[in-house]
Amino acid sequence: MSTRKTSEPFWWGLFSVGGVVAAFLVPVHLFLHGLAVPLGWIPVSPARIQALVGHPLIKLYLFVLIALPLYHWAHRFRFILEDVGLHALRAPIAVLSYGSAVVGTVLTLWVLLR
Amino acid sequence: MTTVPRRDRPGFYYPKPPATWWLRRPNYVLFMLRELSSVFIAIFLVLLLVQIHQLSQGPAAYAAFVERLRSPGWIAFHVVALAFALYHSITWFNLTAVVQVVRLGERQVPPRLVAAANFLLWGVVSLVILFFFLLGG
Repeated sequence: MSTRKTSEPFWWGLFSVGGVVAAFLVPVHLFLHGLAVPLGWIPVSPARIQALVGHPLIKLYLFVLIALPLYHWAHRFRFILEDVGLHALRAPIAVLSYGSAVVGTVLTLWVLLR
Repeated sequence: MTTVPRRDRPGFYYPKPPATWWLRRPNYVLFMLRELSSVFIAIFLVLLLVQIHQLSQGPAAYAAFVERLRSPGWIAFHVVALAFALYHSITWFNLTAVVQVVRLGERQVPPRLVAAANFLLWGVVSLVILFFFLLGG
């Protein structure tokens, strides 16, 4: 058994929190922004949405909604690749997966705070 | 079955199943689909971020983006992604109910009850968001 310290618990924690956010919040938003609004089931004016997105609390909410499930994706995607036999590439896969989530977090902050 | 050496324990080996091992049993396929749900969720969230970005580019850019989402391809993607997202929620609530032991005094609350509470909360949260958006829009 290895007693080496790793960053695994940190990423697993983010995976877990992201999984909770995705489970509670993503389906209704997927329905709203992926189907209801584009198909015109719900009439919404862009001005009203712009006002909503401009609110600081909504910005915080959107950050939680978008950024945290990215870590959930990173963790699962990493293990999908390992599970189909890419054991030899463990390290680069982990760096790329979690790295993408970090880049996504920065982009989310950039879009929301600009 | 072929094997690969373990870097952390020299002289020991991992069994190396073929890349398609998860096609062997329905349960394995469901496991892979559950893992894959995260990919669809992530793509949707990136699209949502792009949509928010388009909003800051002016009404015309935003309208053009929403118009693009009306194409059959994107609608099909969102239908599939919604199915995956629902599958993630259902499996997640069932799983966390088992993993997270809730106690009332000496007794453990049955996992089924914890899952039911999660599902109820999920429904309430979804309705609140839906109504907030409806009234706000």
